[in-house]
Amino acid sequence: MREAVCIERGSRISRFFAAFGLLILVLLITAPFYGGRSDLYLLVEIFSYLALASLWNLLAGYTGLVSIGQQAFVGLGGYTLFALTIFFGLPPLLAVLIAGPVAAVLAIPTAWVIFRLRGAYFAIGTWVVAEVYRLIFAQVSALGGGSGTSLPTQIIQSIAPTRAARDNLIYWTGLGLIVAVFAVIYLTLRLRWGLALTAIRDSEPAAESVGVDNYRTKFLIYFLTAGATGSVGALISLQKLRISPDAAFSVNDWTAFVIFIVVIGGIGRMEGPLIGTIVFFLLREFFASLGPWYLMLLGAFAVVITLTMPKGIAGLLAERFDLQLFPLRRRVHFLEQKSKDSTSSASADALERPGKRQKPGVSTKNME
Amino acid sequence: MDLVSAVLDGILLGGLYALFGAGLSLIFGVMRLVNIAHGDLIVLSAFIALVLTAHLGVHPLVSLVLVVPLMTLLGYGLQRGVFNRTLGDDILPPLLASFGVSVFLQNALLKIFSADSQRLHAGNLETLRVDLPGGMAVGVLPCLMFFVAVFVICGLQLLLYHTQLGRAFRSISDDQETAQLMGINNAHLFGLAMALSLAIVSIAGVFLGIRTNFDPSIGPTRLIFAFEAIIIGGLGNLWGTLVGGVILGVAQTLGARINPGYQILAGHIVFLTILTLRPQGFFQRTR
Repeated sequence: MREAVCIERGSRISRFFAAFGLLILVLLITAPFYGGRSDLYLLVEIFSYLALASLWNLLAGYTGLVSIGQQAFVGLGGYTLFALTIFFGLPPLLAVLIAGPVAAVLAIPTAWVIFRLRGAYFAIGTWVVAEVYRLIFAQVSALGGGSGTSLPTQIIQSIAPTRAARDNLIYWTGLGLIVAVFAVIYLTLRLRWGLALTAIRDSEPAAESVGVDNYRTKFLIYFLTAGATGSVGALISLQKLRISPDAAFSVNDWTAFVIFIVVIGGIGRMEGPLIGTIVFFLLREFFASLGPWYLMLLGAFAVVITLTMPKGIAGLLAERFDLQLFPLRRRVHFLEQKSKDSTSSASADALERPGKRQKPGVSTKNME
Repeated sequence: MDLVSAVLDGILLGGLYALFGAGLSLIFGVMRLVNIAHGDLIVLSAFIALVLTAHLGVHPLVSLVLVVPLMTLLGYGLQRGVFNRTLGDDILPPLLASFGVSVFLQNALLKIFSADSQRLHAGNLETLRVDLPGGMAVGVLPCLMFFVAVFVICGLQLLLYHTQLGRAFRSISDDQETAQLMGINNAHLFGLAMALSLAIVSIAGVFLGIRTNFDPSIGPTRLIFAFEAIIIGGLGNLWGTLVGGVILGVAQTLGARINPGYQILAGHIVFLTILTLRPQGFFQRTR
């Protein structure tokens, strides 16, 4: 019995989500026309965290490179923006774009050193590198040394003459950045290359044996993520208009919280950071006034989530309701030659053994 | 002579870093767990000692009589209650859980003790010095720290290589499933390993508190020092950790002589250089 195979990635839910996403995007693009100043500020913060979380998810959740030193690139991006605008007079919004490649170039020597470490030691190694950058910038007196510096007024005014126009431009830059980050991550994961990432995460020797160049792939992802993180860092510092080594290279702000977001939302799924960011900001809006209590709560919450639902909220939704917003997983359907319209689903391992097909319509195997 | 005394100070400081590292190295060796909260637990023990010295009026070193058992119990409880449930092939869950514990501890200490710098007052032990030939002098406290570190590492070596408990630790480290088949209760032993690790942490914490000012935020940096000492010395080798601590200590005191701002930076740079040139560290894993 000959069978034709059809591989499908989307589902009705993901198509609905795509339409819904477009609607949200239109609403976000037009937000400056009806949103208040503080709303825009909050949204840029949300975009920043969403971007950082999505990038960390690509790095750790998909490629298995568990870094706790991504604050290195947030800080480098921020300081690049300050340096480019103060010393070279570049327009700040252009500097946000250039900060990305600068951070990516600095990621090359960083990766060369810390890729010697594996697993948890890689994680702490990345942190040491971030500390090195923090301590170096604390010595740069032209950028305020340890206490930091503010963006000079004439540079702020060079973005746009009025405050409202500046807020709008920064907002749109942030929106553009998050859309670009999502697009790059989505395309990466849709490509064959994306499959190589998950292969490396699940087993390095197995990935190598099917022809994946592990080192090169990991290096490229690290490079890419560092660059995008650098641009996000530049945006964050542009929004704050102030930079200091302790804030720009803060492990809690730019790594611990980001990891919490990804873990609460669901690691290794593109929906995860989206859901996690929403939860994180809801918690923050309600409990941030509690100060240290709020952070204790957040820490405890992260522990509880790790213990009780290691795949996060998105993982739970995917398991219980087969809910997947981004069409990334592949489903294999077998089309019988005789009656092509009656589509039957079967286990994906039938791919290798076409004769041993399971009962039609019983199970659809999802391959991540 | 100034340079020699800086090197000497660095060597003795290395003892403290070796104490930081020994506890972390032990749990990594036994269960492949990197405890991100390690530094915060060091700071926690310093704060417990602070409370005890303030309320009981005892010397910080005497407070160890209570700090060590308290931290040991905490270690066992933390391992059985939290970390044991995260162990597996994936390194991420234990990392996350300990990150959560770290953020929790930092903020709990901040809530209770505020962000003010604190110090354990150890009377004239802080200033007592012994004169050496050539007009140099070394502090009694740094010497004491160094000897305690050597003593602790000797003790750990004896425990690991000459007792039944040590054999159980080593067998779990080699192969968890087989160890369990041989009748070892892994969950209990992991608890004991963490208890032992935090017993060492509590000694390190009290010495840290006598030597320098501390506040709730300094934990992560101590974790990094511990980590650097372990990697420089070579994973899984306790004497290596002592050598690693000494190298780190000397790098820091020499860096501080050039410019006080370079102290910690110099340590990190020496660490990264050694990592580049000799990623396996200076000593092989002891078998």
